[in-house]
Amino acid sequence: MWRIVLEFLADASGNLYPARMQMALSLGWHIVFACFGIAFPAIVVFTEWRGHRRGDEVLIALAHKWAKAMGVLFAAGAVSGTLLSFEMGILWPGLMGRFGEVFGFPFVLEGFAFFVEAIFVGVYLFGWNRLSPRAHMLSALPMVAAGIVGAFCVVSANAWMNNPTGFRLDAQGNVVDARPWAAMFGPSAWAQFVHMWLAAFMVTGFLIASVYAVGMLRGHRDRYHRAGLLIPLTVAAIATPVQIGVGDWIANVVADNQPAKLAAMEGQYETTAGAGLSIGGIYRGNELHYAVEIPYGLSLLIHHDPDGVVPGLEEVPADERPPVNVVHLAYNAMVGIGVVLLLLIAWYGLVWWRRRRLPDTAWFLRAVAVSGVAAVIAMEAGWITTEVGRQPWIVYGILRTAAAVSPAPGLGWGLVAVVAVYTALTVFTVVVLRRLARDQDTPAPQEQR
Amino acid sequence: MTLAELVLGAAFAGLLAYALFGGADFGGGVWDLLAGGTERGRRMRDRIERSIGPVWEANHVWLIFVLVVLWTGFSRAFAAAVSTLYIPLTLAGFGMIARGAAFAYRKSVSTPGMRRFFGAAFALSSLLTPFFLGGVVGGVASGRVPPGIAEGDVLSSWVNPTSLLGGTLAVLVCAYLAAVFLCGDARRDGEHDLADAFRSRALVTASVTGAVGLAGIAVLHADAPVLFNGLIGRGLPIVVSSVAAGLGALGLLLTRRYIVARIASALAVTAILIGWAVGQYPCVLVPYLTVDQAATGRSTLVALLIALGAGTLILVPSLTYLYALFQRPVEITGRRER
Repeated sequence: MWRIVLEFLADASGNLYPARMQMALSLGWHIVFACFGIAFPAIVVFTEWRGHRRGDEVLIALAHKWAKAMGVLFAAGAVSGTLLSFEMGILWPGLMGRFGEVFGFPFVLEGFAFFVEAIFVGVYLFGWNRLSPRAHMLSALPMVAAGIVGAFCVVSANAWMNNPTGFRLDAQGNVVDARPWAAMFGPSAWAQFVHMWLAAFMVTGFLIASVYAVGMLRGHRDRYHRAGLLIPLTVAAIATPVQIGVGDWIANVVADNQPAKLAAMEGQYETTAGAGLSIGGIYRGNELHYAVEIPYGLSLLIHHDPDGVVPGLEEVPADERPPVNVVHLAYNAMVGIGVVLLLLIAWYGLVWWRRRRLPDTAWFLRAVAVSGVAAVIAMEAGWITTEVGRQPWIVYGILRTAAAVSPAPGLGWGLVAVVAVYTALTVFTVVVLRRLARDQDTPAPQEQR
Repeated sequence: MTLAELVLGAAFAGLLAYALFGGADFGGGVWDLLAGGTERGRRMRDRIERSIGPVWEANHVWLIFVLVVLWTGFSRAFAAAVSTLYIPLTLAGFGMIARGAAFAYRKSVSTPGMRRFFGAAFALSSLLTPFFLGGVVGGVASGRVPPGIAEGDVLSSWVNPTSLLGGTLAVLVCAYLAAVFLCGDARRDGEHDLADAFRSRALVTASVTGAVGLAGIAVLHADAPVLFNGLIGRGLPIVVSSVAAGLGALGLLLTRRYIVARIASALAVTAILIGWAVGQYPCVLVPYLTVDQAATGRSTLVALLIALGAGTLILVPSLTYLYALFQRPVEITGRRER
C-alpha cells in the first residue's frame, strides 16, 4: 500500500525538481551559518585582543557575548552541514557515484578543518575562565585557520562542478585517471574562494553591525553598543570595496569558462561586439525587455575594451541554456545590493575620516540596521547566480543534473520534511539568539552553567 | 594490505570513534529520556548535560569524516548504499539536527515549557538516530544493497530483521557506553548516588545487550547468512573476545572500578564492530562488491592516505587538548567574569 502511494507520487512529479529545491533550501540555509563559521572567530578574537591590550572591559564583555552567539551559530551550522553531507549522496548519487573520486577529496580536507574548528570552538568557549588570556586567544587561531581552509575546500568542490578538471573519460564515459589535487585547484577555484571568503566577512560584519544599529536606534547609545557596531562594520568596510574588485575578476573567469552562464547573467542572446550592460528587465522570446542598458558596459566589463565581442546564448544549443530570468535578476540583485552597501560604507568612511565619529543621523543607523539582511540577500543571490547559471549541468558540460538525481521512489517527500524541519530550526535559532542578546548570563551551548 | 583496505580501514577507525564517543553522547540522551519527571530527573539530566556539553560537536564530526572518506574512496558503493537507504539516512539526519539543536539551545532558554520541549526533542532523537544508523548497517550487512543507484528496495532494505537487530543493538550499546562513562564522571565530581544509579543502569543494559546479541545469532543465521558465516568462521575469535571484554566490564562495574570498566566496555564495543567488519570482509556491499572492486583510482586513494595521515597529526593533539581541558576545574586563572 505504502509503496503504491510512494511510487505514484514519484511518477507524478519526478525527482528532479523537489531534489533541486531540497538542496537549494538546505544549502541556502547552511551557507549563512557557514559565513559565520568563516568570519566570526576572527572578529571575536580581534575584539578580545583589543580588549586585553587596552584593558577595556567593555570590549572583553562584547567578545564574550559574541563568542556565545558564535557557539549557537556554530551548532546550527554543524547540524545543518551534517544533513548536507547525507543529501549529497541521497539526492545526487549519479554525481557522487561517478565523480566522487575526482572531486570528493576537498571534502575530506574540509572534514578535518571542520573537526579542528569544532574542537577549538569547544576549547574557546569552555576555556573562557579556565585559560590565561594569552592561551585563550591562541586557542582561537586554529578556528580562524580552519575557517579559511574549510571555505576553500568546499568552494573548490563547487568550482570543480563549474569547471571540471583533473580526470579523463574513456569511450564509455567512465572516469579514468582521476587526479584529485588537480581537480581541487581548477580554473575557478581561487576566484570563487576569494569571492566567497569576502562575502562571509561582509555578511557577518553587516549582520552583527545591524543588531547594534537596532539597539542604538532604541536608545542604547553606550560604548558597548557603539563598539558592537563599529568593529563589525569596519570589517565589512574593508571587505566590501575589495569584493567589488574581485567581482571583476570572477566575472572574467566565468566569461572564459562558462560563456552560457555569463550570457544568462546579462540576458544576452546575440553575440555582440560593443555589448551594453543590461540591468533589470524580463527575458522573453530570446530578448530582454524593459531593461536599462549602459552602452558598451558589458564589453568593457569583460574585455576592458568597448568593442570586445561577448558571446550570447545563441552560441549554446537551446537545451543547454540556463533559465535566464532567474540568473539575470539574481545577478543584478547581488551587484545592486553590493553597490548600495559600498555607498553606505563610503558614507561611514568619509565621516570617520573627517570627524572621527559615526555619521550623526538616525538614517545612518537605519541603513546599517537593514544592511545585514541586505548582505545575506546579496550573498544568496550570488549563490543562485552561480548554481542556476550552471544548469542544466551539475558537472558543467559533462553530466546533466537530471541524470545525476536519484530515481528512488518517494524522494519528493524529503522536500516537504526539510521545509518543516528548517522552518522549525530557523524559529528556534532566532529565539535562542534573541535570548542570548537580552540576558548576560545565558550560557552558550558549549559552556557549562 | 592493499591501498583500498588501508583507506577503508581508516574510515572504519573513524566509525569506531564515532560509535565510542558519539555513541556515548547518544546514550546520554537515552538516559535523559528515561530520567523521570522534571524534578526527579533534574540532577541526572544536569550530570549528562555537563558531561557531553563541550565535546558533542567534536564527537559528531567523526560521522562526517566517515561519509566523506567513503564517498571519495568508495564512490560507487557510497552512492549505491545512500540512494537505496535514503529513508533511514534522512531520518537519522533529521534526528541529528533535532538532537544537536535541541541540546545546544535548551541551555539557552529559561521557560520551563521550552526547556521541556527541547529536552524531549533531544532525548527522543538520541534514541531514534542510532536506531536508524544501526538499521542502515543491517541493510548493508544482510545483502540488501545492490550496487547501482537506488537499485535496492527503499523500504525492505531497512525494514527487515537484521536492520531491526542492528538498530536495537546500536541503541543498547550507546546507552551502555553512556552509563559506564557517566559512572566515572559522577564519581569524579563526588556525586556518588548518581554514580551508583548509572552503575545499575550499566549493569542492566549490559545484560539486555547480551541477551539481544544472543538472540541476534538466530536472526543473522536466518536473514544474513554471509555475515553469520563470517562471524562463526573468521570472526569467531573476535566475537569471543567481545564477550570476554563485556564480562570483564561487568566484573569491573560490580567492583566499582569505573575507569578500567570504561576501557573494557570500549573494547567490547570495538570488538562487536570489528566482528561485523571481519564477518562481511572482503565485501563492502554484501555480497556484490568487494573492497578492491569498490575502491576508486590509485591517485585518489594515495591523496586520501596523505590527507588522513596529515589530518591525524593535527587532530590527535587537538582532541587530547580538548578532553584534557575539559577535565580541569573552573576559575583556575581567576579571570574576571562580567
